[in-house]
Amino acid sequence: MPSLNLPLKRQLQTLLLKPWALGLSGLILLFGLWAAVAAAAVVDPLFLPSPWAVLAAGQQELAAGQLWTDIAASLMRVLGGFGLSALVALPLGIAMGSSTTICRLLEPLLALLRYMPAPAFIPLLIIYFGLGELPKILLIFIGTLFFNALMIMDAVKFVPPELLETALTLGGHRSDLLTRVIAPCIAPQVLDAYRINMAAAWNLVIVAELVAADAGLGKRISLAQRFLRTDQIFLGLIVIGLIGLLIDLGFRFLMRRSCAWAN
Amino acid sequence: MELCLDQVSKSFGEGRKASLVLDRISFTMQTGQFVAFLGSSGSGKSTLMRLVAGLDQPSSGSLSLNGQPIRKPSAERGMVFQKYSLYPWLTAAQNVAFGLELQRLDKQEIRDRTAFFLQVVGLSDWAACLPRQLSGGMQQRVAIARALAAKPQLLLLDEPFGALDLQIRESMQEFLHDLWCRTGLSILLITHDIEEALLLAQQIHILAPRPGRIVRSLVVEHDGSDLAGLRLSRPFLNQRQALAAEMRQLDRPLA
Repeated sequence: MPSLNLPLKRQLQTLLLKPWALGLSGLILLFGLWAAVAAAAVVDPLFLPSPWAVLAAGQQELAAGQLWTDIAASLMRVLGGFGLSALVALPLGIAMGSSTTICRLLEPLLALLRYMPAPAFIPLLIIYFGLGELPKILLIFIGTLFFNALMIMDAVKFVPPELLETALTLGGHRSDLLTRVIAPCIAPQVLDAYRINMAAAWNLVIVAELVAADAGLGKRISLAQRFLRTDQIFLGLIVIGLIGLLIDLGFRFLMRRSCAWAN
Repeated sequence: MELCLDQVSKSFGEGRKASLVLDRISFTMQTGQFVAFLGSSGSGKSTLMRLVAGLDQPSSGSLSLNGQPIRKPSAERGMVFQKYSLYPWLTAAQNVAFGLELQRLDKQEIRDRTAFFLQVVGLSDWAACLPRQLSGGMQQRVAIARALAAKPQLLLLDEPFGALDLQIRESMQEFLHDLWCRTGLSILLITHDIEEALLLAQQIHILAPRPGRIVRSLVVEHDGSDLAGLRLSRPFLNQRQALAAEMRQLDRPLA
């Protein structure tokens, strides 16, 4: 036995040394704890549904096509609102980072708006735009624009002046600086800002759907609450978390591919 | 090539807070000369370099290259900074090609010149490496190659080896000396390193601090064929020591 046991032990050791191993074991531990508590029936299943009940709810929603509709509805809102925010924040942040005048003009305003909680705009948005898609997309837009813009501004401000000046002493014009120096230099920070602020976009889409929507992951959760379907609430939470994680990993992948120099 | 500075002064700030950084600097240098400005911190040597590069404007006085006033940065005055000298997202070859692309030369010309100047600095084998994969000395050699590839009339070196380890600095000094001998470049170097100035330059202007001003100019005359030997030779060491004492004297009122 020892001859077989030793390599196994060593294999396990090298496996645990992998960077993702500890994170994964934490996840498994939590899942096991959840299953154990649910199986021991110490908590009312109404409050804590078992993993199997949540899985069953998932299968049910999948079969009815409900889950995909919800995911698509939420995802479209996030992509629409956040995409718009990313698109506007990029030129805005670069303008603020490279021009002292624009920065002095806009920074106090943005700092103020940033501290107004985006959900507080929901009543106004509903009054202005009704209950359709537009107010939800705008909520996400408002809620992420200022963070995106300020983070991009900071990235531009921290471009080493030597890199800009070198370009000028090599025969470059001021108009070359944006595309040849600033843009590639800030690309990693911009992607990182988008990755971080994407979490806020996910928060806001759920908030918007809790208030009013016909479909979406947040809408499903709020409906489930009305019928005391905690299994559906758990399912909704887990799906939201998983999609967020996937988007995060997607940004990391993009970063590793396009900005290998910054790693 | 003739660089000419006439009574150049520079002060920063306005009104009562204004501080004079450079006080009436005048000098000229010709094609093929290697001139060094030697000064401690606060002597305004970086400011002087930025004025020559055209990155800043003088408060009074005039700077000209070949009789034309210097108003803005140009490829005719190539510059190498002490740090952040390379674009970290570009390979060594792309860094060298960078200025040539900004000047919109044709592709073949860019390829040829890039390969040639990488070879001049002895880094042909490292063409595809990112700056972070290169040592500090190699990075500065790429930065020098990039400046040279733009074919400047005058090369400005702002403490180019200041951030390097002592041993690498010595080999880089030998590299630069050799490069100057081979190419007949015109080089303006600023440094606080007495040995570096004495070894490399034909002419040294000593800057006193607060405000920066030329207190003495000297012509260096020794056989530069063996730098490693020269470093340790008696007359060189004596000269170095005398200069060090002189520099200390200049800083004394502060201490």
